[in-house]
Amino acid sequence: MAIITQASFATALRDETAPVPHGLAAWNGEPSPRRFAVYRNNVAASLRQALAERYPATERIVGAEFFAAMAGVYVAKHPPRSPVLLSYGTDFAEFLAGFEPVQELAYLPDVARLEAARGNAYHAADAAPLAAALLAEIDARYLEEAMLLPHPSLCVLRSPHPVVTIWEMNAGRADAQPIMEWRGEDVLVVRPRMTVEVHRLGAGGAAFFTTLVQGRPLGDAACAATAEADDFDLTAHLALMLASGAFTAIRL
Amino acid sequence: MKNSVITLALAGSLASALATLAVTSAQAQEKEKCYGVALKGQNDCAAGPGTTCAGTSKIDYQKNAWKLVPAGSCMTMKTPKGMGSLKQGPAPT
Repeated sequence: MAIITQASFATALRDETAPVPHGLAAWNGEPSPRRFAVYRNNVAASLRQALAERYPATERIVGAEFFAAMAGVYVAKHPPRSPVLLSYGTDFAEFLAGFEPVQELAYLPDVARLEAARGNAYHAADAAPLAAALLAEIDARYLEEAMLLPHPSLCVLRSPHPVVTIWEMNAGRADAQPIMEWRGEDVLVVRPRMTVEVHRLGAGGAAFFTTLVQGRPLGDAACAATAEADDFDLTAHLALMLASGAFTAIRL
Repeated sequence: MKNSVITLALAGSLASALATLAVTSAQAQEKEKCYGVALKGQNDCAAGPGTTCAGTSKIDYQKNAWKLVPAGSCMTMKTPKGMGSLKQGPAPT
């Protein structure tokens, strides 16, 4: 009796042209290519479905049929590395960036990055956001040295495209209409409580939050933001920092 | 010199930010999960539409499906199948 190895089984699963793994037989002792094809199709279809569930706006932009075909190519190249499908397709944006048929949709990988960040935020650990009063208590002299612990769900994304506007129009959050002013949007994704929130960042905002996420103090963050954008609004971003629940604790 | 400028800017901006915050948090209402009040297919989910659990309830007022409602209002919601509940009920039979 032949031994079916996991490797040969897995290889045959991913390749539609591969023969039934040697030694795999039906109840009557005969190999059954049709049965194996059903199994193979179910595996691929469930992974394509998992991608569609995770990237609904991306799917809407390209259309369900195109997305299914594109997802098929991804699935064949990227088998799951974990039995938990929650994180399957995290690198889908990188795949899109190199996938020839969607090259003219230059913004598509960033929309996928935003959707991936939302999914990651949804499944990240719960943590209570920082109470604004704690920051208010700090002596003004030490404020610039204060470092903040990022919320486990926090993600800052930068895009040269109006990624939030595009996502909103394709996620049912806003009516689809022509985008008059095509300019880059930076975004902060966080789930402080029950709901994943997406905040657009003003000029310098991404530099401000990225510096804080790196574990550097408030003073550095303010400097980095001002260096990048003369019109950086410190008050608005401090308010967003506290209101969004993007951080959970202060370290002095 | 540079440091004192930042210190002043940070302290001033934080004061303004906290003032803005006091106004907005008074407006933002807390929500609570309320079981047994959502109509068929209209239950909520934390990640919103597009994730698998939103809109999946099979019957009206399903006891194990929830909807986000303003905090404090759940227990007062009367449906044809009884009151809203903060606790998850049994799956429909």
